[in-house]
Amino acid sequence: MWEYTKTVKDHFLNPRNVGVIENADGVGEVGSLACGDALTLYFKLDENKQIKDAKFQTFGCASAIASSSALTEMIKGLTLEEAEKITNDKIAEFLGGLPKQKMHCSVLGRDALEKAITNYRGEAEKKVEGKIVCECFGVTDIEIKRAVTENSLNSIEDVTNYVKAGGGCENCHENIQEIIDSTLGREIKAKKKVIRLTNIQKIKLIEETLEREIKPALKKDGGNIELVDVDGNNVLVKLHGTCATCSASQITLKHYVESKLRELVAPELLVEEVQQ
Amino acid sequence: MKVIYVDNNATTQVAPEVLEEMLPYFNEFYGNPSSMHTFGGMVEHKIVEARERLAGLLGASPEEIIINSCGTESDSTAIRAAILSNPDKKHILTSRVEHPAVKNLFEYLSKNGYRVTFVPVDRKGRLDLDYLYKNLSEDTAIVSIMWANNESGVIFPIEEIGGVLKEKEIVFHTDAVQAVGKIPIDLKNVDVDMFSLSGHKFHGPKGVGALYVRKGTKYSPFLIGGHQEKGRRGGTENVASIIGLGKASELAAANLSDESIRVKRLRDKLETELLNRIPNSIVNGDIENRLPNTTSIAFEYVEGEAILLMMDEYGICASSGSACTSGSLEPSHVLRAMGVPFTAAHGSIRFSLSIYNTEEEIDFIIEKLPPIIERLRELSPFWKKAQ
Repeated sequence: MWEYTKTVKDHFLNPRNVGVIENADGVGEVGSLACGDALTLYFKLDENKQIKDAKFQTFGCASAIASSSALTEMIKGLTLEEAEKITNDKIAEFLGGLPKQKMHCSVLGRDALEKAITNYRGEAEKKVEGKIVCECFGVTDIEIKRAVTENSLNSIEDVTNYVKAGGGCENCHENIQEIIDSTLGREIKAKKKVIRLTNIQKIKLIEETLEREIKPALKKDGGNIELVDVDGNNVLVKLHGTCATCSASQITLKHYVESKLRELVAPELLVEEVQQ
Repeated sequence: MKVIYVDNNATTQVAPEVLEEMLPYFNEFYGNPSSMHTFGGMVEHKIVEARERLAGLLGASPEEIIINSCGTESDSTAIRAAILSNPDKKHILTSRVEHPAVKNLFEYLSKNGYRVTFVPVDRKGRLDLDYLYKNLSEDTAIVSIMWANNESGVIFPIEEIGGVLKEKEIVFHTDAVQAVGKIPIDLKNVDVDMFSLSGHKFHGPKGVGALYVRKGTKYSPFLIGGHQEKGRRGGTENVASIIGLGKASELAAANLSDESIRVKRLRDKLETELLNRIPNSIVNGDIENRLPNTTSIAFEYVEGEAILLMMDEYGICASSGSACTSGSLEPSHVLRAMGVPFTAAHGSIRFSLSIYNTEEEIDFIIEKLPPIIERLRELSPFWKKAQ
């Protein structure tokens, strides 16, 4: 069960401004039946170029209907320049908040408003810029970037909540992560090796990683590590020097050696300490 | 506000007789059935009785019943047991419309060395048997097919499949969580090796389920521990709930004819009246082979969550195959597997009745729902265009 605020419930059960404006000045249609929500927004301007009337029709869940209703209330009396500044966050705020998984409903409202304004100005509808990243919901990289920037989104889950991308087959998750990373200026992680290692390759790579990455770090603390055996995915090691007597050695092993080996060799490796 | 509960495939009310029989075993007779003393032994007798009652409902013998915590545990235990006893076989087969308890385990296994076949269903939710049979091989470790589908209510031909699999000596498991207590089941006459059920789906308590394992079927426990359930499922017995499961089984056996006559009549009335009163409404699933208590109806051009919340204002509890209710973005995998078009899938509502529903309740839904759909359609930009 969703935790909807009283305002959401009110705007869902008693939606304001439902309907069609004949001879509207601006009309914006977004969403589709397949996607599970769709909104058509109409507005009419007065002689001062302020929004005199706004109406909507929405197919969708309670929060989609409430977001649409809220939007029409919010834009009435505004000039288009003022209306343009309404972000999806403002719509959610007006409703006293939306469940995270429902934030895309507020984005739907914002998108409809933008489209209606573009429509009024007679500008050619902005072509679908960028390339489609999420095939299931037809979301482009530009849309994802925008959602990440405007709402400081950090994870794929967030992106799905806001613009639906990644909510279907999940094949695009890697691409979405890359967009998040690059938008937030993070270093893009090297793609994980998908090539399966043979046993010899695996052992060699473990040895190399121990020599290059792990030993130098342990030596700084006066310790050392010796590879005893590799049995399937179990990496048996012996600890020397400070490491062997250090009570934190288990933690060192688990958290450091294992995570390094998993990162650089294979994610399924387990590290075990062999007693002296 | 009075609650009108038509979501019995999700869970059911604990029958008053069941609760009454359970209560003393929380604080009065709280002994451990494994104890040597009479106080504990008394409890052991009640567990024996519960097992017999459940076995009676299924046409099984009591030693074929392993009591555990839920349907999911039964499914996991059965599938893993089959795999472990057939270590050389690397193919497993199920349907595309299983409950997540089976579906997600099969998906997990598909990433862990198993070749998985998901058998499709047709537009009415009926299993493609030719596809199933064609994909069987000597490498098949287990076939797991649900007895009845939780969303559409469609009943699968378990007897027929069982016959074929027996000949081929392939282990056959069925998730019968939705079937038990709703339709007659006699495992003496059906060739299934393992069979899952859950107490809370037929007026027993939550937190108790059982796995039937036919005598002679290779088995290995999922929970290894004490000698409980003859070492086949360790862990101190959930005594009160097991007693409740037993009582619920006894009641289910007695109520089966009521379920198939009165409940079915109410379900049919609800379905017929809603279809008559609401244009562009369609039943999802094969009405010829369906649980007597279930109907899934698609109301085109409206969205399920909105319908549920408006019904909730009247205390009517049902569920939806729509994306928005689950937190996912796509409609249920069952409706998608059936090829229900998007216009209908998002607006599908499942009503599942029980013996506790009354004629007045059904009339109330018939009266309240049509205006709700009408209102939501007025809101929808697609409705007028579709006319």
